Amino acid sequence: MNDTRIARLINARKSYGAVTALDGVDLDVHRGEILALLGPNGAGKSTSIALLLGLHRPDGGTATLFDKDPQDIDARRRIGVMLQAANLPATLKVGELLRLTASYYPEPRPIAECAALAGITDLLSRRYGALSGGQQRRVQFALAMAGRPDILFLDEPTVGMDIDARQSLWASIRRLVSEGCAVVLTTHYLEEAEALADRVCVIAKGRVVSEGSVDAMRAHVSLRRIRCVTSVGIEALQAWPDVVSVDTKQGRTIIATAQAEAVVRRLLDADPALSELEVQRAGLAEAFQEITRDTDNLQEAA
Amino acid sequence: MSTIDSTATPVMTAGRVMGAYIEEARAECLRYLRNPGFLLPTLLFPSVFYVMFGIFLAHANSADAPRYLLASYGTFGVMAPGLFGFGVSLALERDTGLLTLKRALPMPPGAYLLGKMCMALLVAAIVSVILLCLAVFVAGVQLPVGRIGGFFLLEVLGVLPFAALGLLVGTLVKGQGAPGVINLIYLPMAFLSGLWFPLPVMPAFLQAIAPLWPAYHLNQLALSAVGLGQGGEALHVAALIGFTVAFVIVAARRLRRHG
Repeated sequence: MNDTRIARLINARKSYGAVTALDGVDLDVHRGEILALLGPNGAGKSTSIALLLGLHRPDGGTATLFDKDPQDIDARRRIGVMLQAANLPATLKVGELLRLTASYYPEPRPIAECAALAGITDLLSRRYGALSGGQQRRVQFALAMAGRPDILFLDEPTVGMDIDARQSLWASIRRLVSEGCAVVLTTHYLEEAEALADRVCVIAKGRVVSEGSVDAMRAHVSLRRIRCVTSVGIEALQAWPDVVSVDTKQGRTIIATAQAEAVVRRLLDADPALSELEVQRAGLAEAFQEITRDTDNLQEAA
Repeated sequence: MSTIDSTATPVMTAGRVMGAYIEEARAECLRYLRNPGFLLPTLLFPSVFYVMFGIFLAHANSADAPRYLLASYGTFGVMAPGLFGFGVSLALERDTGLLTLKRALPMPPGAYLLGKMCMALLVAAIVSVILLCLAVFVAGVQLPVGRIGGFFLLEVLGVLPFAALGLLVGTLVKGQGAPGVINLIYLPMAFLSGLWFPLPVMPAFLQAIAPLWPAYHLNQLALSAVGLGQGGEALHVAALIGFTVAFVIVAARRLRRHG
């Protein structure tokens, strides 16, 4: 079988002073796949990406890009990057930024094509500093694909974007993937991972706590989501057996539970006036909550 | 299924690598020439000082004053693009993530610093041309073409020790604190090197420690270039090269360790 792994962390460890950021992470990115890295702030997502980009060296274990050291510039000539916080020069025009970034690569994508793919054709002659936050993110995305990369690292790509901009960015990402580009994505928006990712990797406290397809991740927890309009209070519901979490949104109560049937039966008994009842399999949000809570419990027990 | 071998790394030709260096320098020059907050003080301070003290108030001084002050303000003028262009921008860009992004991208090694160096050389050239024009056409300084050329070349290259010092400060300080730190170096060093008041009128102690400051050596060379020198040029050149190399070595070590 051919090896399709283009970026790897093998038992990677990294500490910053006394803080352990990565505590033995294994990660494989395969050609043409979208891998989403999920996890709370400080879990180690950004550190994992920093090792794969060669920004830091692992203290232990190895990081490789295309079977090379990520600090080898030949390996990095096949990547594109969009970092979470990068203030680009405000006085340069968008077209000039694209031209500069494209110059780093052996076979760059034409500037007009990058601009069209990222939906910034009308911004090319504007100064970067004069753009809105969402427009700046789109420009950063255009820069990330300027080199016709085989792998794209996107750190929180849609922060600050409205829903339309986000969906058009998702469409552009899918188009790049259809050309064979792999994507490593970190995100706080779970619907982003659900919409895009082939595989999800949950990192917590410097370790990979769960890895698999979005469906497998959802099945990993047997949670379901009950939505309804009810007069039963949140505090009361939280005390019920089998109820994992309770939330309210737009006047609706949302209950996550592994025992949907039992909870629904008890709800109907408690509130005959209950309306708008819906039961769904849980999304990634609940799965993610469950997985990280399990790790917390394990670590507390240990 | 495709393999890694079947899509071998595209080759970056030497021409494209050179192109990347040129693009980096071009972008770096453009962004600072469009930044009035950097460019205006850098160009205006030395020229306004020269117009005030070298032209309007010159009659109160000796006949050599416009020539003497051309050297002083020329030196003062090229300190700023080096110190601010490197120190402040590096400190800010380490803080705002731009340097991190550049390090992640396949930018050829050193292109970032070479680009800033080109920008500092260019701004130093502009400052020198403005001062030379003021001296020759307004103050009526008589200089042979050879001396004008020598002064210009000296001041343009003279930005390099200050760029190196700025680089070092930029690796020590991060973010918004940098302009303050740079000013704490820039203004006292200009004073202590005799750029504002001639060294002979200053206390003996300050005269004795003047060789500690790079600006003193550049100013001595600038005075020689306009024909008011006191000799010892080789020593001053050696001192400036020594400062530059030392600053770069320490800065490179810090950059490698801290990014």
